[in-house]
Amino acid sequence: MAHKAGPMNRPLWTPGVLVMLVFMFAGALAIIARFTGGIGYVTNLTHARPWGIWVGIDVATGVALAAGGFTTAALAHIFGRHYYEPVTRPALLTAVLGYTFVVIGLLVDIGRSWAIWKPMFNWNLNSVLFEVAMCVMIYLTVLYIEFLPIVAEQFKGRMNLPGILSKLNSLVDTILQIADRILGKVMWIFIILGVVLSCMHQSSLGSLMLVAPTKLHPLWYTPILPLLFLTSAIAVGYPMVVFETTLATSAFKLDSEMHILAPLTRFTIYLLGAYMVLKIGDMLVRGTWVYLLEGTTQTNAFIVEVLFGVMLPWAMLLFQRVRQSAKGLFFAAALIVGGVVLNRINVFIVGFKPPLSENGYFPAVSEILVTLGLIATLMFIYRVTVTWLPVLQASKEVRS
Amino acid sequence: MQITRRHFFRFMGAAGASVAVRPASAHAWQTKAPPDPFGCLVDLTRCVGCRKCEEACAEVNGLPEPERVNCQCTIFEKNRRPDETAFTVINRYYTGKVDAFDKPVPTYAKVQCMHCQDPVCVSACIVGALTKEDTGAVRYDVTKCIGCRYCMVACPFEIPAYEYFDPVTPRVMKCTFCQERIKETGGLPGCAAICPTETITFGRRETLLAVAKKRLKENPGIYIQHVYGEKEVGGTAWMYISSVPFETVNLPELPDAPAPKLSETIQHSLFSYLWFPVLLFGVLGAFMARCNKGDHKATSPDKGGA
Repeated sequence: MAHKAGPMNRPLWTPGVLVMLVFMFAGALAIIARFTGGIGYVTNLTHARPWGIWVGIDVATGVALAAGGFTTAALAHIFGRHYYEPVTRPALLTAVLGYTFVVIGLLVDIGRSWAIWKPMFNWNLNSVLFEVAMCVMIYLTVLYIEFLPIVAEQFKGRMNLPGILSKLNSLVDTILQIADRILGKVMWIFIILGVVLSCMHQSSLGSLMLVAPTKLHPLWYTPILPLLFLTSAIAVGYPMVVFETTLATSAFKLDSEMHILAPLTRFTIYLLGAYMVLKIGDMLVRGTWVYLLEGTTQTNAFIVEVLFGVMLPWAMLLFQRVRQSAKGLFFAAALIVGGVVLNRINVFIVGFKPPLSENGYFPAVSEILVTLGLIATLMFIYRVTVTWLPVLQASKEVRS
Repeated sequence: MQITRRHFFRFMGAAGASVAVRPASAHAWQTKAPPDPFGCLVDLTRCVGCRKCEEACAEVNGLPEPERVNCQCTIFEKNRRPDETAFTVINRYYTGKVDAFDKPVPTYAKVQCMHCQDPVCVSACIVGALTKEDTGAVRYDVTKCIGCRYCMVACPFEIPAYEYFDPVTPRVMKCTFCQERIKETGGLPGCAAICPTETITFGRRETLLAVAKKRLKENPGIYIQHVYGEKEVGGTAWMYISSVPFETVNLPELPDAPAPKLSETIQHSLFSYLWFPVLLFGVLGAFMARCNKGDHKATSPDKGGA
């Protein structure tokens, strides 16, 4: 099975891409409004509710769903399961883009975007957020370094810049050659570092909310919140790979890669199972199940999260028939991804209820447009990248 | 993926060595409260809702004049919170208390930053823009702030407010404890200086606690036997005594454990000297060396990334 990643070389401007452009344009307008009228002009945030969907979705969920990058790298490169290498590239690209957009999302969300560099020089070692920020910053760099060989593979020896830039061809080519050679020797450091940094900040994203025991609903507020964030991120890694690989292969009419995806999700049974045991065990140990039948939005959101985002897909994956049908596998993976998305939204938004100032929160239209615009841009860049760089498997596509 | 085993073990040796020197036990969490801070004691039985403190606060801190500054009636119809234009507000509560003629008696309660002994905002702030001063004040340094608003997420009293409509240079706004004034000998915060009914007593926190307990002891029929802020979230510089239950005047029931304790304990036991990340690096590295042994030729020539 000599699979080799290759550029897609397909027409870029499909109807789907044009829809993305519409969302990108709308999002850009909302971002311009944010930087002229202020955060309050485009969002429904209040003094009691300082974090909305830009943090809950763009940042927290973005980081969780980028977990495919480090989980596949750990499997294929660290634990030596080379069989799974074909999925590491798309997962890496998702992580690179995911984290890039986490930073862009943060730039929109923080009040003083121009001051984003300040944590590098003003350290507060007591702050969970400081640790998260440092990890994300270093990890983003590591991801770009891990991605560089893919760029080098495509362009070294055939740099062909147009016009006046053509003078730079040999220089850029030399840089690519050198980078490629050096990186080949030290890449293992970055691969392990990527996994370590991911474990650190994936868990610490959960610790963020430990400072607010009176605000976060007890169904989610637990001292093991960091562990739950880490295990859920690890559990969602492979399902996310299944989810996006299926979308990409069906969009490009490629081979569905089932021979890799099906065995990959066998790990998910254990990983998601571990998360499920922790999550439900924590509920039983702390006795928070008493809240389950309260019937409030919060408790219902918790029930949906656990029932449809964890238990149902876990049970589905137990059946070999599900794992081996492309549709069944995609559905189970989508449920797991949805479950983790809902969990992050629950922890940062739905379950967050400041007791003194009672005001609900629902994101403003312009706030949603920013989030959608960023997601559309991410998908657009993914699309452009796989069109021109060797990320996806090209071997079995039917070329005309 | 290729590993040069020689490089690898050299690096691992260094990693192993740094793990070995890590402290044997995780540090027990310790309070970082200043030794003898100032505080304020608010006696809710004395407040008449004149709102002079709001006015004085605005003047001292260069804020806009309070909303309907001379109104002592309809202004109380809505429950107000401190915001980016007002560091302190007075609210009126009918808690079920009645006078001799069965007429409901209002209780007025002042709201402002409590200046916690171990402030969770200070612990949370990503850049250390918030600090606990020796005076007891929790001070905000706008030059460090990046506007992440994690302090607002963290604060159990929901105090920090934000200039949401400033697109480029918004600030976190909250009571300063008139830090510049109380640093001077004899200096009082604006609100405490003006209060005509001596609702607000300014002084050393220890002294105030003694005063509060004396009042509770001497008037057991009047006061609830509890000093709010003595122990809440590890203690606050601003403390309240009252004749009505505290939760009826929006002073929330809070755990005694200092709010930063849990997250700081987790962070420091895992990450001091980065011992855990380094250990994890070592373990993963060992796996990598083991699992990829003799694999060099079987692997595709593309490196890393792939």
